[in-house]
Amino acid sequence: MDTFALLAHGLAVAVQPMNLLFALVGVLLGTAVGVLPGIGPALTVALLLPITYKLDPGGSLIMFAGIYYGGMYGGSTTAILINTPGESASMATALEGNKMAKAGRGGPALATAAIGSFVAGTIATLGLTFLAPWLVDVAVKFGPEDYFALMCVAFITVSATFGDSPVRGLTSLFIGLALGLVGIDRLTGQARLAFGVPELLDGVEVTTLAVGLFAVGEALYVASRLHHTTETLEAVRGSLWMTKEDWKRSWKPWLRGTAFGFPIGALPAGGAEIPTFLSYSTERRLAKHPEEFGHGAIEGVAGPEAANNASAAGTLVPLLTLGLPTSATAAMMLAGFQQYGLNPGPLLFAEKPDLVWGLIASLFIANTMLLVLNLPLVGLWVRLLRIPQPWLYAGILVFATMGTIAAKPSVVELSMLVGFGVLGFLMRRFDFPIAPVIVGLILGPIAESQLRRALSISLGDPMVLLQSPISATLLAIALLALILPFAMQGLARFKADAD
Amino acid sequence: MTTLRSATRHSVTRRFSLAASAALLAMAVSMPAQAQAPMELKIIAPAAPGGGWDQTARAMQQALVAAGLAKSVQVVNVPGAGGSVGIAQFATGAKGDGKQLMVNGFVMVGALLTNKSPVTLDQVTPIARLTEETQVIVVPANSPIKNAKDLAAAVKTDVAKVTWAGGSAGGTDHITAALFAKAAGADATKVNYIPFSGGGESLAAVLGGKVTAGISGYGEYEGQIKAGKLRAIGLTAPERIPGLDVPTFKEQGFDVVITNWRSVMAPPGITPEQRAALVDLVGKMVKSPAWTEILKQKGWDDAYLPGDGFAAFLKTEQTRVRDILTTIGLVKS
Repeated sequence: MDTFALLAHGLAVAVQPMNLLFALVGVLLGTAVGVLPGIGPALTVALLLPITYKLDPGGSLIMFAGIYYGGMYGGSTTAILINTPGESASMATALEGNKMAKAGRGGPALATAAIGSFVAGTIATLGLTFLAPWLVDVAVKFGPEDYFALMCVAFITVSATFGDSPVRGLTSLFIGLALGLVGIDRLTGQARLAFGVPELLDGVEVTTLAVGLFAVGEALYVASRLHHTTETLEAVRGSLWMTKEDWKRSWKPWLRGTAFGFPIGALPAGGAEIPTFLSYSTERRLAKHPEEFGHGAIEGVAGPEAANNASAAGTLVPLLTLGLPTSATAAMMLAGFQQYGLNPGPLLFAEKPDLVWGLIASLFIANTMLLVLNLPLVGLWVRLLRIPQPWLYAGILVFATMGTIAAKPSVVELSMLVGFGVLGFLMRRFDFPIAPVIVGLILGPIAESQLRRALSISLGDPMVLLQSPISATLLAIALLALILPFAMQGLARFKADAD
Repeated sequence: MTTLRSATRHSVTRRFSLAASAALLAMAVSMPAQAQAPMELKIIAPAAPGGGWDQTARAMQQALVAAGLAKSVQVVNVPGAGGSVGIAQFATGAKGDGKQLMVNGFVMVGALLTNKSPVTLDQVTPIARLTEETQVIVVPANSPIKNAKDLAAAVKTDVAKVTWAGGSAGGTDHITAALFAKAAGADATKVNYIPFSGGGESLAAVLGGKVTAGISGYGEYEGQIKAGKLRAIGLTAPERIPGLDVPTFKEQGFDVVITNWRSVMAPPGITPEQRAALVDLVGKMVKSPAWTEILKQKGWDDAYLPGDGFAAFLKTEQTRVRDILTTIGLVKS
């Protein structure tokens, strides 16, 4: 069927004034909650569900889509400005983005994030439009062994983010892997390292760890140095806007980030974190100025931010075509569909084309709105950094605590936040990189359960990892990524010797 | 011109008075209900937003307010460990409070056992069972297994070679697999069950042909079954469900009866009067048109069973789940 005609029809539905209003409300709400760590888009949609009960299905689903995209974007604003990622997917953005903000380049960082999100969101939504039915066939072929191989690729490439000292990087990674073991073992249902504390049974919450390490740790570190150094934050240095050089350095990472985010987001167990980390480490390897990484390289913001938004669109592929929610927000949107007696799945495209194409079209609109909304605000946002440091960091602490409590109202969760804050402080003080801890916590449990699932299905035969073509290919890529840097080094030395 | 304007004004005033009288009428109708129980309730959903318990809590919120049975209802999510965290907070924090409720269900029975939770369901006050959903076992459309008999034969030949995909370990899906293996005459302790994270990750594994069979609530697989991508082998309902062209296991000769029910509980230490008031409140809610409408929308089956009847049912379910989980090896006897 001619997709274009359907999409045009969908656009006609989405640009009705009422629906535009719903999209605007959604985007505003989404951005607002994305800013608060812990209160994610899922909770917002959950709170709105009873209210939207009386609205027409099209309008409220359009609003939910706006919240989703807005939330993905809002998280990156705080990540860049105050080193507090609103959700785990904007963690990679915080790495370089906050360094840029501290060097007075917060404006360009926010701009490249906004434009990158727009570009990625638009391309990924196009992908959703045209590739969804095909992509979903590929996605369901991904078995546990293939996911495990994908994790191997992620582990090896991400080890590039470990900074200058591999030993310190690996130490951090293993802290993360150890934290990942806490909680109920997914395959046998038995508790591990929970010490009888019920709150630990579900494992360590990624946002609690990230907010603790990044925001609380940073606040403690700054407080400890306040009278030692006179490090001043420069709110703005140079142009608030992206320079020609910034554009030149951003557009390729945007595209590469999209290429990571959309397909991995479309995988039923893909998620948004893996593509952002993959994108970050890829940009770090490909950058013309790798020495800038760790001091505020714009590529390190542009790529992950694009990957983040592209994966949000990717998530809608299994949701719309299979009725398979692969993120908490998607699960809430599914509940939204069901509220109107609609069942997402293979029949939805055939039974309710108006609604599906209206939703897809409104994604384009939500994206445009996000850009229009956020670019003028960049100037306002960076002024946040002019707030005197003690006030700013006190505010950050309040923010971090509130968000954590809102997500999980328990004393244990708050104590963990403080504990991770102290850990983050010590790691900064003794120069250990922080990102690998979070990478370990996210990827470790996935890799473990997927490997065990694969072996369980194959009745313990490890050959299953090589028999699947997808897995074999991915493992080969991982092996190459591992050997290639050494081989190149050896080759260079060999050449030098020959000279 | 003047006549026209006055005519408009006239119609406006008339419309206004009509609306006002309608509002008065509505107030008059809702007055008695409000006078009876102007309650401000708090409902704990011991799970993250989006899941079944959260949706049930929010559905109750919607129905209670719409029917004028409560002035306001606040839903609080306390996620964690199959409800173990939520019930622990509920049992201590809400003790003796007649204005708090907690949603839970079948899954919590098993989760409390496997997590060795210090707080058990005996410590809270059962109010009513509300809904239930039947489980379905499916195979990919191209599977040689056509019905329960084929599946049973496969299980009997080599129980470990039949791989099952479903939700968390020890949950409804896992118990269903064990019940089927037992009914098929195979060794239920050797069931090769592969748990996937919630949200239908297992669906992808079944569609991709990675496992022999998949288990889930019927609603989750419905679209794929109707689209012909999955073949439904049987339902775990006690009787055939009207409107569903899928046979039960019972009619195929296998005693696999299990439903994923959801219920509502009150805190411990409330007075008999408070309990009676809450049972009454929920009883009125399930009879309200708003609740009926929600059940229809969500595809939930009404399984209303109030007070003592529910308490007795809960006891038998607890014994049954403990037995099965001990067989599977998740609970040490």
